[in-house]
Amino acid sequence: MIDYFKYVWTWFYTILIGMRVTLKHLFAKKVTIQYPNERYPIPPIARNRLQLDPDRCNGCMQCSRICPVQCITVETLKVVPTDPEKPRMFDGTPRKIWVPRYDIDFAKCCFCGLCTTVCPTEAIKHTTDFEYSSYTREDLIYHFSDMSPEKVEEKKNLLAEWTAKEKAAKAKQESEVSSKEVN
Amino acid sequence: MTTRKILDIDFSRIDTDRMRLNVGPQHPSTHGVLRLEVELDGEVVTNVIPHIGYLHRCFEKIAENMNYQQVIPYVDRMDYISSMNNELPYVIAVEKLLGLKVPEKVEYIRVIMAELNRIANHQIAIATFGLDAGAFTPFLYLFRDREYILWIFEKATGGRLLFNYFWVGGLANDVYPTFKEDVLNIVKQVRKTNKDIEELLIYNKIFIDRTANIGVLPADVAINYGCSGPMLRGSGVPFDLRKAEPYSIYDRFDFEIPVGKGEVGTVGDCWDRNIVRMREIEQSCRIIEQAIAQMPDTGDVQSAIPKKVRPPKGEVYFRCENPKGELGFYIISDGKDKPYRVKGRAPSFVNLSVLPEISRGYLFADLIVILGSIDIVLGEIDR
Amino acid sequence: METFNVFDVLLGNNFLSALISVVLPLVFLVIYALIAILGELKISAWIQERLGPMRTGPYGILQPLAEVIKLIQKEDIVPAGANKLLFNLAPYIIFAGSFAGFAVIPFTAAFVPAEINIGLFYVFAVGAFAVIGIVMGGWASNNKYSLLGAMRSASQMISYEIPGALVILSAAVLANTLDMQKITSLQEGGFWNWFLFGGPGGFSKIWILPFTLLLSLIYMIASLAETNRTPFDIPEGESELVAGYHTEYSGMKFAMFFFAEYSNMFIVAAILSIVFLGGWTSPFGSFMSGYWWGIFWFVSKAMFIVFIQIWLRWTLPRVRVDQLMYLGWKILLPFALVCFVIISLYRIIY
Ligand code: SF4
Ligand code: SF4
Repeated sequence: MIDYFKYVWTWFYTILIGMRVTLKHLFAKKVTIQYPNERYPIPPIARNRLQLDPDRCNGCMQCSRICPVQCITVETLKVVPTDPEKPRMFDGTPRKIWVPRYDIDFAKCCFCGLCTTVCPTEAIKHTTDFEYSSYTREDLIYHFSDMSPEKVEEKKNLLAEWTAKEKAAKAKQESEVSSKEVN
Repeated sequence: MTTRKILDIDFSRIDTDRMRLNVGPQHPSTHGVLRLEVELDGEVVTNVIPHIGYLHRCFEKIAENMNYQQVIPYVDRMDYISSMNNELPYVIAVEKLLGLKVPEKVEYIRVIMAELNRIANHQIAIATFGLDAGAFTPFLYLFRDREYILWIFEKATGGRLLFNYFWVGGLANDVYPTFKEDVLNIVKQVRKTNKDIEELLIYNKIFIDRTANIGVLPADVAINYGCSGPMLRGSGVPFDLRKAEPYSIYDRFDFEIPVGKGEVGTVGDCWDRNIVRMREIEQSCRIIEQAIAQMPDTGDVQSAIPKKVRPPKGEVYFRCENPKGELGFYIISDGKDKPYRVKGRAPSFVNLSVLPEISRGYLFADLIVILGSIDIVLGEIDR
Repeated sequence: METFNVFDVLLGNNFLSALISVVLPLVFLVIYALIAILGELKISAWIQERLGPMRTGPYGILQPLAEVIKLIQKEDIVPAGANKLLFNLAPYIIFAGSFAGFAVIPFTAAFVPAEINIGLFYVFAVGAFAVIGIVMGGWASNNKYSLLGAMRSASQMISYEIPGALVILSAAVLANTLDMQKITSLQEGGFWNWFLFGGPGGFSKIWILPFTLLLSLIYMIASLAETNRTPFDIPEGESELVAGYHTEYSGMKFAMFFFAEYSNMFIVAAILSIVFLGGWTSPFGSFMSGYWWGIFWFVSKAMFIVFIQIWLRWTLPRVRVDQLMYLGWKILLPFALVCFVIISLYRIIY
């Protein structure tokens, strides 16, 4: 009998305690905010969308190799020494490799940050931008290369020309060598 | 079949048709994509068959094609609620293979981060457990606090849930200057909320009625099934890897192992499992405070990171006390820069296996509570 | 104060006055439901340290309107395996049942839609309609969760009618009438005359004062169960039964269930405030009392009880089915019986 009344009393009493807690919170300061109008500050270290600085990228492909989900696609072209443009990197050193294609598929990216740590020139960086949803998956593939298709075509031709020339020169040299040997 | 007396009626004597009920994969309280095939006799559960595999991502196979560093983001995604604690056994295992010793400061930061993440994990566990019992408000109080912890993570590591922060031999980056103050503030806040939660939920009579004497898991059954973590400790077995075989620098801290004592019901019921989590939060706070006090201010967190992780031939099994239980990694190296085999021993998977055993004979509403008290994460079960 | 129906007096006892008497509560119900939904949203948000809806209108006060419009626009889905007739009928029955209760609620001394002398009994009788509707809806949905929810709901509502009815019976014994207007009139003259504090009478009412307090508490708890509110929202227990008996409903029919729930909340709050809190009478004697003030007092008392219902909902976990029955039969019922006996004795003695 005593147990019964005790049971009823704890039932009632703990409910009152709970109500006191919620009443206290009813008048507490609210913690949520009006999201798109107000935002919490995002620390600069936060790993959100990636951004490539094409000027800095030297096409070493380290990032695409380390990426655990293979979402970075890099294509490179050698810069011919005879290039009339004399391309330069961000710090003025001559560029050795063109990067005609540098695509990141953000639908796959897991924001692990490995690509940014291996990059020797800090060309690829995380930004604090996290609002870039889109309607199609294609829109999530970002093309970072700053080379226009014409330019790529031109550089390809240049390279082809140059390699052909080199080959010819090499062949000539070789034939000279072999002819020497014959002699 | 174990039967339980409800309102003094022995339900096994009443012969009724069994009903088969599919709970999930889309159901509000299966904690992800778990499907439970429940056999009901009226409202009494006679059998449960969990069906898993909806979130299978081939973690172990993928890991064979990755080098050691690249596996870490995958490890994060096993138990996505306590990623730091997942990374810890993995990196320590690889360090053991390599025979590496990490700097003091790294150890301290690892411990602080792991314990913070343990708090965050237990907060979610208690919150969703309350939600399963029908209390919505504690859920949001706990999530608010967890958010503060996640902010610290974001500021320190750049990620909110999936950190890729512990690297083999060190950390991805050093913590920020005001890290210590922030962590101490969080500890204060966590303790304050714990008090609220105790008043609002834990010691509420309705909640006690819902969870005490429900899903009783005796200690021997728990050991036989290989349960670990709060599941095991809730049954009164004081087994904690941080004490039993101290790894990292856990032997330097003074803390207790809370166990279920059956304060309001039987030892090993749902309430006990929950209160163990509640008290572990407090113990984690203590560890954090000690670690913050002892942590050296200076030191390079990356000095021991090897240029190339290429362990010699060999194998290693290393286990840590994950918030959910014993998380172990078995790694075989054949001397290349990719592991030959990585096997994860997922605590949630083992803990879930005991569900049919402990939920037979209880009501359907209890089944949900029992499932909530196990604290599973499907990412870890399916891997 | 003299009680009458103002429309009967103005227009005579004819069809027009009856029509107005019916439509007015409906208008009131709609407005009240919108306010209550907003209250539910906002109070739950504030308790949980959230802001709640903020976008629709200033501080989100138009949110319930937006939700109603959304629900009306939604596709009305009838499951293929459902029993069409019962499935479509169920929400209307529930709503009709709860709306019928409004017929005898005295809003003020000068307005009660239908003045019948067994008002309290009538409210209980039509309240039972909801059980039929819920079982119909749950069974017709052809969904196991719905069926479980409906069965639970039926057993729960029937069990809790009994302690609730005992409380009302005690009050009727004390007031010597079942007419809501008369019960209210009895409590005129200040809050110490409320039945919450033993009702009108001399110093001797001190004997029954604890019991009337207890009775109102019992009714409060029983009414929560009857309206399927937390901690007794087992029929729609989200974590187990998804949404219980209205799992399969969508669009306007779901809105009907929703409206019915809120109107039920108001009816039980109204009964509580009429029987125990003096309905439209002013708590301060003749100060601030009158026909217009009557509406104010009645509505604010009822709304306060609705607020408590909402407050409890966001505080407590849900009880389990067998515990609910335990609470109903083994705790509330004995307590209510004891109170009933004591109050009857008091009536005989004094
Ligand atoms: S952040 Fe990780 S997943 Fe994303 S592109 Fe970089 S390496 Fe790949
Ligand atoms: S982004 Fe960095 S790592 Fe990647 S190709 Fe360019 S320079 Fe190399």
